[in-house]
Amino acid sequence: MTESIQSAPVSDKSCPVSPLGYPSSLIAPGETYESVTETIGSIVLTKKPPPSWLVGFGLSFALLMMLFAAIAWLLYKGVGIWGINIPVAWGFAIVNFVWWIGIGHAGTFISAILLLLHQKWRTSINRFTEAMTLFAVACAGLFPLLHLGRPWVFFWLLPYPDTMGLWPQFRSPLVWDVFAVSTYFTVSLIFWYVGLIPDLATLRDRAKTRAKQITYGVLAMGWRGSARHWQRHQMAYLLLAGLATPLVLSVHSVVSFDFSVAMLPGWHSTIFPPYFVAGAIYSGFAMVLNLLIPVRKLYHLESVITLRHMNNAANVMLVTGMMVAYGYIMEAFMAWYSGDIFEQSMMANRMLGPYGWVFWLLMLFNVLVPQALWSRRVRTNLVALFLVALSVNVGMWVERFVIVVTSLHRDFVPSSWGMYYPTVWDLATLFGSVGLFLTLLFLFARFLPMISMSEVRELVAESQENKA
Amino acid sequence: MKYKLYGVVAEFTEAREVVEAAKRAYAQGYRRMDAYTPFPVEDLAEALGNKWTRVPLIVFTGGVVGAVGGYFMEWYSMAVDYPINVGGRPFNSWPAYIPITFELMVLCASIAAIVGMLVLNRLPRPHHPVFNVPEFERASTDRFFLCIEARDPKFDPAATRQFLQSLHPSSVKEVAE
Repeated sequence: MTESIQSAPVSDKSCPVSPLGYPSSLIAPGETYESVTETIGSIVLTKKPPPSWLVGFGLSFALLMMLFAAIAWLLYKGVGIWGINIPVAWGFAIVNFVWWIGIGHAGTFISAILLLLHQKWRTSINRFTEAMTLFAVACAGLFPLLHLGRPWVFFWLLPYPDTMGLWPQFRSPLVWDVFAVSTYFTVSLIFWYVGLIPDLATLRDRAKTRAKQITYGVLAMGWRGSARHWQRHQMAYLLLAGLATPLVLSVHSVVSFDFSVAMLPGWHSTIFPPYFVAGAIYSGFAMVLNLLIPVRKLYHLESVITLRHMNNAANVMLVTGMMVAYGYIMEAFMAWYSGDIFEQSMMANRMLGPYGWVFWLLMLFNVLVPQALWSRRVRTNLVALFLVALSVNVGMWVERFVIVVTSLHRDFVPSSWGMYYPTVWDLATLFGSVGLFLTLLFLFARFLPMISMSEVRELVAESQENKA
Repeated sequence: MKYKLYGVVAEFTEAREVVEAAKRAYAQGYRRMDAYTPFPVEDLAEALGNKWTRVPLIVFTGGVVGAVGGYFMEWYSMAVDYPINVGGRPFNSWPAYIPITFELMVLCASIAAIVGMLVLNRLPRPHHPVFNVPEFERASTDRFFLCIEARDPKFDPAATRQFLQSLHPSSVKEVAE
């Protein structure tokens, strides 16, 4: 048996660089099929979880319990426990919804779009980010449901022949949202599972205990790596990527229609769909970095998640960040250029009104700080990169707050103006949803391979051929 | 021990060896055979004589069913079953129906992709004769197998075994049914 990576730690300093000085390798030199499979598979199969896993899982689980408490109180008392009222009826629930669904976009972007573009660097991070997508969409879906007021009749949103003889209003963006988000979750799940099947078979074959053999065996559905099966599997995977690519663009566009179809200053704007999609990929990559940097360290995955992955993800963040900054500039410009008094006063209020400080925080977190990514030293310094990504994650949440609250709190008639302040239950639900997200991620890291073993073996085969 | 023979399997350590072996076996006239690899190997299915798959057709059908069904549902409910006049706008306001038509097309095509792939592969199938070979445990890690099945008209236990031996595999084993 070849040496596993844990016994031969790889340092980032030894990562080969291209002539221009950029990290170039996708996989550490000297890896074999067995060694990469062992590195990834052993996390799930043989090891006890590291102590930091237990600590992290415990903290996340505590936050999850807080979420349950907040939801229980909400169901008992009603949405009045949140800070929402007229005129700001949307508040944290919609801010959190848009934030989470945006985070969910990086997974599909990495899995599907980069697959179609033949970007090999997606290989060692796609599984993890797909899982991130699923869990983020699960968190996102929670908020509109809770915001319904009577979540137990959520199925009224679905088209079924009910006794009331009514249909959902299919011309409403809110109903589009139901279809977009549920389709996105289902397709992401299918894509993730199709990719997992061969790896589940590997785990079945390598498991030592009967319980694990049976569990992974059932999940692998008897996959045996037949060439004919691979052919259909690869075709299905490619077609799913082709389907998920327009889907990922459509989902945040539909989310943005929730705003832009409404006749409200600051919302009613044609730039919203592309600007929302860029923002979604931006925050998604920020979350990818915030999660991968600690995970890579914790599980010693330096040999398969290299500095090149970090550098590339940072580059995507830089580009989408510039698109988002362009969106901010255009919003302000169009408000002025439209000559519409309501648009102009909305923008003045957004920048200088009672929530003005939130707007300038947004500029700091989302526009100013990420400019550090122009420097290669920041892109390959994991601590600095982590901090920039954190700034973007917070910044994107703040952006949705600015969009939702500043447009709603002052509409056309000054007599209906008001202020919005979150309550402790708003905060408990937001941080509780982070707990749900992290709990699911910790369980995923414990029980499923975080990196696609079959795809990394393909990379090994390629690097061996290149050498030969 | 007496058992019914499923086939003879040769084990290789490199992907290109199994592709080469599959081509040679096909040239020898063997048709009922399959290769087993730990990752998708280019040209292997083609070397075994599997030129194309029906997966794209199934996915396309799923997409068409989703799109047509989705639009029909919206049109029927909004224009026929329960029309609501909103400021004189047309009942069949097709631009507003596009998002859900699109989402349902993607949803149905994706479900068709996974179901079609599994059905064509005859999965789930928990057990298969090749699992009877102890070495096959490594087929999902770092070994490549070529199995010529007994139901092949050209199959002959001794001759096939000898043929596989001539391909320089690391081992040749009989597979019990």
